[in-house]
Amino acid sequence: MTLLQTRNLTRQFGGIRAVNDVSFALERGEIRGVIGPNGAGKTTLVGMICGRVPPSAGTVEFDGANITRLQPWDRVARGIVYTFQITSVFKRLTCRDNVALAAQRRLTRTTGHRFALPQALLDAAVDEAMAAVGLTEETERIAGELPYGHQRLLEIAMGLALKPALLILDEPTQGLAPGDIAPFCDLIRRTAATTTILFIEHNLKVVLELADRVTVMDRGAILAEGTPAEIEQHPAVQQAYLGD
Amino acid sequence: MRIYALHLAVVAALFAVQFALPAYHYGNVTRIMLYAVFAIGYNILFGYTGLLSLGHALFFAAGAYGAGLTAHWWSFGPVAALGAGVGAALLVSLVTGLIVYRTTGVAFLIVTLMLAQAAFLSTLYFNTVTLGDQGIVLSLPPVELFGAALHLADPAVKYNASLVAFAVALLLSLWLLRSPFGRVLIAIRENEARTRLLGYNTALYRFAALVISGTLSGLAGALYCLLFGYVGSSFASLQYSTLPLLWTLLGGTGVTLGPPLGTAITHYLIDISSGLTSSYMIIVGVALVAITLWFPEGLAGWFRRWRRVRS
Amino acid sequence: MITGPALLLALLEGSVGAAVLALTALGLSLVFGVMRVINIAHGEFVMLGAVVAWWCSADLLGAHPLLGFLVALAVAPLIVGAIALAADWLVLRRISYDPERTIVATMGLLYIIQQGVLMSYGPDARPLDPPIYFRVQFPGFGYSGYKLIVAGLALLLLAATWLLLARTRIGLYMRATRLDSETAQAFGVPVKRVYAIVFALGAMLAALSGVLIAPIRGAHYLMGADPLLLSFIVVIVGGLGNLRGTLLAAACIGIGEGMISVLFSPTLSKIIATLLVAAVLVVRPGGLARGATP
Repeated sequence: MTLLQTRNLTRQFGGIRAVNDVSFALERGEIRGVIGPNGAGKTTLVGMICGRVPPSAGTVEFDGANITRLQPWDRVARGIVYTFQITSVFKRLTCRDNVALAAQRRLTRTTGHRFALPQALLDAAVDEAMAAVGLTEETERIAGELPYGHQRLLEIAMGLALKPALLILDEPTQGLAPGDIAPFCDLIRRTAATTTILFIEHNLKVVLELADRVTVMDRGAILAEGTPAEIEQHPAVQQAYLGD
Repeated sequence: MRIYALHLAVVAALFAVQFALPAYHYGNVTRIMLYAVFAIGYNILFGYTGLLSLGHALFFAAGAYGAGLTAHWWSFGPVAALGAGVGAALLVSLVTGLIVYRTTGVAFLIVTLMLAQAAFLSTLYFNTVTLGDQGIVLSLPPVELFGAALHLADPAVKYNASLVAFAVALLLSLWLLRSPFGRVLIAIRENEARTRLLGYNTALYRFAALVISGTLSGLAGALYCLLFGYVGSSFASLQYSTLPLLWTLLGGTGVTLGPPLGTAITHYLIDISSGLTSSYMIIVGVALVAITLWFPEGLAGWFRRWRRVRS
Repeated sequence: MITGPALLLALLEGSVGAAVLALTALGLSLVFGVMRVINIAHGEFVMLGAVVAWWCSADLLGAHPLLGFLVALAVAPLIVGAIALAADWLVLRRISYDPERTIVATMGLLYIIQQGVLMSYGPDARPLDPPIYFRVQFPGFGYSGYKLIVAGLALLLLAATWLLLARTRIGLYMRATRLDSETAQAFGVPVKRVYAIVFALGAMLAALSGVLIAPIRGAHYLMGADPLLLSFIVVIVGGLGNLRGTLLAAACIGIGEGMISVLFSPTLSKIIATLLVAAVLVVRPGGLARGATP
């Protein structure tokens, strides 16, 4: 069943078409990897899906509804959650506050408490998300003091606390130590049990290992799509992307 | 809970010292508590939400004129006039909030500065109503409370009315800023783009912060006008936009007790220097430059660092 | 009833005001455009120019007022430029031109200059003798020749600034820094020195307009507020940091403001101008942002 569908999505910056007429579908429950050289339009494409970048033309449908004109915060309410390429946690706040910001967004909506959210409810949601990424010990620390890899995990915890229907990760393994990558992949697999995942990734090994399906982009368009095995064999892909 | 205990202790201490203060300091502390309400209101916008306003005199004056004009021209009693003042400030905050709805940063501070200046010029232009520079001197009837007649000219009434306002503003701001709502304001200050992608309509939160901040500032203005029986154009002048900035910066932004502390220090500094020279506002200028150069985090930041070094 | 001569008089007054306003606002716009900072003390530089003009005027030098005026035209920008350089070196450079902290610091500078003048020069508004006195006869009224000379001088100074920006090496440096300070630095532009010079140049333009208006409005320690407010309005309407826009906006707002001042009231004209900007923001909040990132 289709969760997300873009139709003829286009984005122009000046005279350049960063994304050109892209129609792209995502099935519920899958892990989708997006690869492509720098400037292929990957970040712009997910930017239009989560609402950071307004499209020049085309539509975005999510869960059967047209969300092209929705603001980013309204898309979060519908379950589209984006985590940044460059880690952007609130560095001067504690990890608890970071995750609470995400958790309270969901809880105020589901419980209707806007000013007096029961503390226990919020704490439980924070602890759950922190446990999921294995950062329970660090909950009370200032986010900016965490090592970079942990900040990335915190960012994922913030995403999880929103209980998204679609979690978009922009280059999640960038900057991770080699030893942290395997546990990170496990985390993504566990998360995929409840969430659809769309991730942009440069580390081809991670993509081929993690993704159910892979989309290859080049020069603003989709070059190929298929299972990791198919993508590895695809001649155009080998030439354009894997050839080097 | 410890944090609430600390704030309640400050309020209790201020209640207790009134029986020991000499007359001169009694009047000073009264003014400081009123100005502190203004500072607390300013801090909600500047310290927590990270929006630098250069026009908060607009809200202070809206409160003062809302109370002063209704008391003077329509003979409102003190309580009704206070309500009118707060109502006027609320209205002005709502309108201002709509005008600046999508502006932040440099544009925000220029627009707030200009709106306040327009208000200041308006108080001069419509001088048949406001009596302009000269201002309105009020003589108000006493307030009946539990069968007692409270005369607003009585220093004890001024002191305790200011204390009540201070306590309400302080505890309200503390509660607000520790609520989920306050957490979002802080997140906007830290990184607005990120906050938006956590699902918050940040412009709406900024708007709410401005309205709360402006209304609290107006409460301070209304009470100031009623308790000291005067309102004039100077209430809308640049000075009343600069002072809350200085109070907040000096005390430390984003700490509930910082701005009241900054208010107290500034008040005594100005009080002392005004005995020495008529250009006492130079102390405000020197303080602003010194803070930007050497104490960007104010006294609260300095205290935090001192504690970290000791532990 | 507004008559033809009254309308012409208002138009003349407005044009003179617009020329001086353009000079003041150009200074503010230049500082914002190149350095990306807002100088709240800009109006005080105008006031300092006027005070220096009073100081140089005939009362003090005992010579012809024209001599005092010419001396002021030379001396005021030097003094005010030096003060601006000192402020840049002692304060702004040390806070790395951080936009928010610069605003607080220049706010402090505003009070230091204003109250310093109050301390030394006093609280009085002091009139100056016009350096030249003659009247130009228009149908229905005579008009001060000095005011026409003021407008001419302001236009001349604007042209000179324009030449400086367009034709000299330092002007090239300024334009390069304005477009992209990091790239400019990489290409060997001494960005810090450019900042200092631009801040001083902005202050000097303000001081010159102070000298020009002193014989018309006198010198008073609080006179910096009006030029600051009007330059802000001009700079916003013209697009922050956009020099052409600044000049165009100065012409429109200066003339409009001047005409309403003459025909109705100076206070009313400023209220209207301020609310106009608020209205512009409501209709086009992006107008500002577009100006801010040219």
